[in-house]
Order: sequence, then structure tokens, then C-alpha cells
Amino acid sequence: MQEMTLATLIAVFQEMFGPVLFWALVTTVVVITALYVYVLIRDRSLSMRRFLLAQLSMPIGAVAAVTFVEVVTDSHLRDIGGAIDVIVLLGVALLGAFGFAVLVYTAQSLVRRQPQKAG
Amino acid sequence: MTLDRLTASRRAFLAAAAGLAAVSAGLPARAQKLQTKAHIVIIGAGAAGTALASRLVERLEGAQITVIDGRAEHLYQPGLSLVAAGLKPAAYTLSRTTDWLPRGVNLIAEPAAAIDPVAKTVATVGGQVLTYDFLVVAPGLVLDHDAIEGFSLDLVGRNGIGALYAGPDYASKTWEAASKFTQEGGIGLFTRPATEMKCAGAPLKHTFLIEDIASRTVGKGKYEMHYAVPQTALFSVPIVAEKVRMLFGKRGIASHFGHVLKSVDADRKQATFATTDAAGVTGTVEMPYDYLHVIPPQRAPDVIRQSGLSWADKWMDQGWVEVDQKTLRHRRFPEVFALGDVAGVPKGKTAASVKWQVPVVEDHLLAAISGGEGTLAYDGYTSCPLITRVGRAMLVEFDYNNNLVESFPGVIAPLEELWVSWLMKEVALKATYNAMLRGRA
Ligand SMILES: Cc1cc2nc3c(=O)[nH]c(=O)nc-3n(C[C@H](O)[C@H](O)[C@H](O)COP(=O)(O)OP(=O)(O)OC[C@H]3O[C@@H](n4cnc5c(N)ncnc54)[C@H](O)[C@@H]3O)c2cc1C
Repeated sequence: MQEMTLATLIAVFQEMFGPVLFWALVTTVVVITALYVYVLIRDRSLSMRRFLLAQLSMPIGAVAAVTFVEVVTDSHLRDIGGAIDVIVLLGVALLGAFGFAVLVYTAQSLVRRQPQKAG
Repeated sequence: MTLDRLTASRRAFLAAAAGLAAVSAGLPARAQKLQTKAHIVIIGAGAAGTALASRLVERLEGAQITVIDGRAEHLYQPGLSLVAAGLKPAAYTLSRTTDWLPRGVNLIAEPAAAIDPVAKTVATVGGQVLTYDFLVVAPGLVLDHDAIEGFSLDLVGRNGIGALYAGPDYASKTWEAASKFTQEGGIGLFTRPATEMKCAGAPLKHTFLIEDIASRTVGKGKYEMHYAVPQTALFSVPIVAEKVRMLFGKRGIASHFGHVLKSVDADRKQATFATTDAAGVTGTVEMPYDYLHVIPPQRAPDVIRQSGLSWADKWMDQGWVEVDQKTLRHRRFPEVFALGDVAGVPKGKTAASVKWQVPVVEDHLLAAISGGEGTLAYDGYTSCPLITRVGRAMLVEFDYNNNLVESFPGVIAPLEELWVSWLMKEVALKATYNAMLRGRA
């Protein structure tokens, strides 16, 4: 790669998903994050019950993310060849885990209006 | 979500960390447009011609930019290797030429038939004659299938014959023949031409992919792999050649050097090679096959070879354009540039090279328009994610001096078989290629 600015990266991502899907994905991420922040502010505390469920759902998010990447790219865990591969794989899993946890937490909070204070 | 990691280099990471500052730093690089009435003609709307046209439109005001190309489809050729291994459909490589050309460019949808660099004119097959101030030749190269006796493209897919270079349909037919071999086993024979060729890693990729798939399908012991090539090494860059030699050893792929494919007997499933051994003794040898992969000799298109633009003392049977290897400017006709596969430079017949060549030609062209000299130089950068298995590849990037050029120093090791390098080839390469066509990468 020659010059890699954020503008180049955005251009490449747009080509990867198509501009519509790319911006839809970006919007989804932004909206879910905003909703998460919104319920945190609204409830003024982290509900430990919801947090527990969100934490329990993390492995699902991690496995889903890794499986998704592997299916899309015709590859398997056996293809991990070096340290950077492990790092990228963990990164994918972490992103999946945290993304899904935030989603689960936010969804619970939005469905159940009444905040449940943790004991 | 994961994808930013795939493409992130340290530089990109820093750019991302710098956030919006980086965006604004990245964008107004195209500040002021240069005013000109110049007529710029570009022959070929492939990777090189399209990428250059997209950038010139951004940089010039009032210029007349004409692109000549008779082909309605645009081919993403790096995808052919994946099609020929059953990993992508033929359509993956296909789009329309007009999808990519920017507004403000005039497309003449006919092949160029003649160039007169003295009169500065280009004639098209349809009889139009254009006068240019600057000419950029980027018609890629032609595949000389006729040079191999007994071979013709209608054999591809039958009788165990593959030829993935020939285009998307032939690449899928190649997979029909190759997949039969991976299921039934037998002798696999993989070749490459004696001429210069585009993406010199592609013959290796096909060999590695078919071996990998065969090992998981029919299973080890049921098939033999032979790589028969005219050269005396497995790759032109010594450090890469050694790595490939070791991989071939591990994978049980036999190499045969000094073997030029001369003819094919499809009924008897025999391929004939002209051979030259290490001592210089020549001969002929017949090799049997159950699957044969043919990559024919490659040459500059006739329109170039007949125009007097080719080197007179190099590559005489191939006709690449005589350009300065740093500026890609013609050595005898300074208003002519060559870009992409047709350029007569020692390395660089890849789309990745095009990405590095385009800014150089843009720089020298703009400087010439404003009466000055450009400053950028092309260093021979060539890159080819060398796939070694379904799921793994090695990032191979080098320059004129056979030095490895690392895009991701300290992060992605160049000669290591890695999953991330595979991910790049699978997801990031086409996107980067497309962004390049739009002049944005
Ligand atoms: C199997 C395979 C695998 C590859 N893998 C990789 C890879 O992994 N990485 C990589 O970087 N590169 C790869 N490449 C190489 C890459 O595709 C080429 O180097 C690149 O396309 C060159 O661009 P170009 O514009 O010079 O030629 P092309 O993209 O071939 O475009 C040439 C254009 O010129 C037009 N043309 C031809 N004759 C005339 C005429 N007389 N008048 C007008 N127009 C004409 C054609 O119609 C065509 O549109 C691969 C190539 C192949 C075949």
C-alpha cells in the first residue's frame, strides 16, 4: 500500500460493501451506540441484571463474529499461521463480543422501560 | 467491524487515531485544478487507463480527455485465480467499462488500430483519427494461445485442460477440469511462459490452490504435482524463489526448470516441452498429464508493436513500450507515456504496480502541461499476495532491485503464510482495486 489515509480507508470500505450498505452499517453502529449511551443516561446507572445477561451473551457474539468472517472468506481456524493472525482473530472475537453485549444490554433496557437498580 | 483491522497498517492506524484531522488532510490534496486546453488520449480502459482518467479529471480543468477501448466489460483479473479454484463465480470479476469512467471523459468504444507518434495521431478501428497533445498507452497485453501447437481455447474445461488467464468463463471452465483432478487424482502439470507475464505469482497460486484442494479431496498419495517452467528459478526475486522452493518441497510439488510448453496433444493427454538443461543442452520432452494448466506467451498488442513505440533492442518478440523505468515516459517521444502491463520495464505487471505507476505518470503529465518536469519516480513496486492454500497467503512485495518492500513492516511478515494475508486477497484487494479505478486509492 502506498498512502493510507482515513479517506482512502473509507473509500476502500465503501467499495467493499457498496456505499449504501457501508453507510447503513456505520449508521447502525452509531445508532446502537447512541441508544446505549441514551439508556445509560436515562437510567443513570448500569443495571447489573442486564449487564450480567449482556456479559453472558458475549461468547455468542464472539463466536458469531469469527464464524461470519470465516464463512465470508472461505477460511477456517486451521489457517491461523502467525502471531498477527491470532491478534486479528482475537480482535474479531472481541469486537463481536462487545458489540453484541452492547446490543443485548441496550435492547433489554429499551424493552423494559423500568430501570432495575442493582442491589 | 473486523475489516478495518485487515487493512490497517501502522500508518493507517495513526491516521485513524488522528481522526478528523486525517480526513481533512487526506481530502484537499487535490487543491487547485490546472487550466489547460490539452488533448489527452488514453488507449485502454483497464486498471491503468481508468485509474489515470479518474485522477486527471480531478486535476485538470478544460482538458479534453479521450479514452479509447472497444471492450464493454471491465475485468477484475486478480479474481480469476479465485474463480479457477471454485472459490468465486465468474461474475465476481465482471463489471462494465462505463461503470468506472468518470464524467468529463469521452469514451470511444472501439479498439485503437494505429498510432503515429510522429504525427501525434491515433486511428481507431472504426476509422476515426484523433490528434493528441499527450498520449498514454495502457492497452494491457495479449495472450498468444496460438503459440502452443495443438492448444485452442475450446479445449479448456475438457480433456483435463485449464487456462485461467483467458478470462472469466475460461477460468470457471478451468475449475471444471481442475476440480475433476482434485477428486480423481492423477498427474497435475502446471506451466508458465518464457515471456514476461502479468502477475508472475499467479501460476504458483494456481498450483498451490489445486494441490491444497486435492490434498483435502482425493487425498495425499493419489496425485502427483509437477511445475514445469522455462525459467531457472521458481520466482524472479531470489528470496521469494527460495521460500517457494521450500514450500514446494514440503508440499511434494516437483519442479522442472528450462521447460517451455510447445504443444499439447489433448487426446493422448501429453504435453511437449522444449528443454534446456543447466549445462545448456537443449532437447524435447513429453510429459503426461491428467490436468494441464496452460499460461500462454504474452506480448504487447499489435497496435503497439506496429507503432514504433516498442523497444528495438529488448524483448524483441514481445514488443513492450520503450519507456524510462522511473518516469514511464517514452524515451523517444516525450509526449507519450506507457502505463500498466504494456510498459517495457523490468517488473511491474500487476494491478498493484498500476496503483504506484499512476501517480507518477499523473505527476509528469501535469508537469509537462505546465512546462516543467515532474518529480515522482516509480521504483518497480510490484505486489502479489501469493496464495499458498485456501485460507492462507504470503504478502510478496518487491521493487526493481529485488528488495522486499513491506507495506506493514513489523506487523505482517512478508514471507510467512498467514491468514490475514489471505483475508486481504479475499476481501480487501478487490475493494482497493475498485477504489483505485475511481482514483481514490
Ligand atoms: C490470473 C491473473 C491474476 C492476477 N492477479 C493479480 C494480483 O493478485 N495482484 C495484482 O496486483 N495484479 C494481478 N493481476 C494483474 C493485473 O490484473 C494486471 O496487471 C492489470 O490489470 C494491468 O492493468 P492494465 O490496465 O495494464 O491492463 P488491463 O487491465 O488488462 O486493461 C487493458 C485494457 O486495454 C484495452 N485494450 C486492449 N487493446 C486495445 C486497443 N487496441 N485499443 C484500445 N483498448 C485496448 C482492453 O480492452 C482492456 O480494457 C493478475 C492478472 C491475471 C491475469
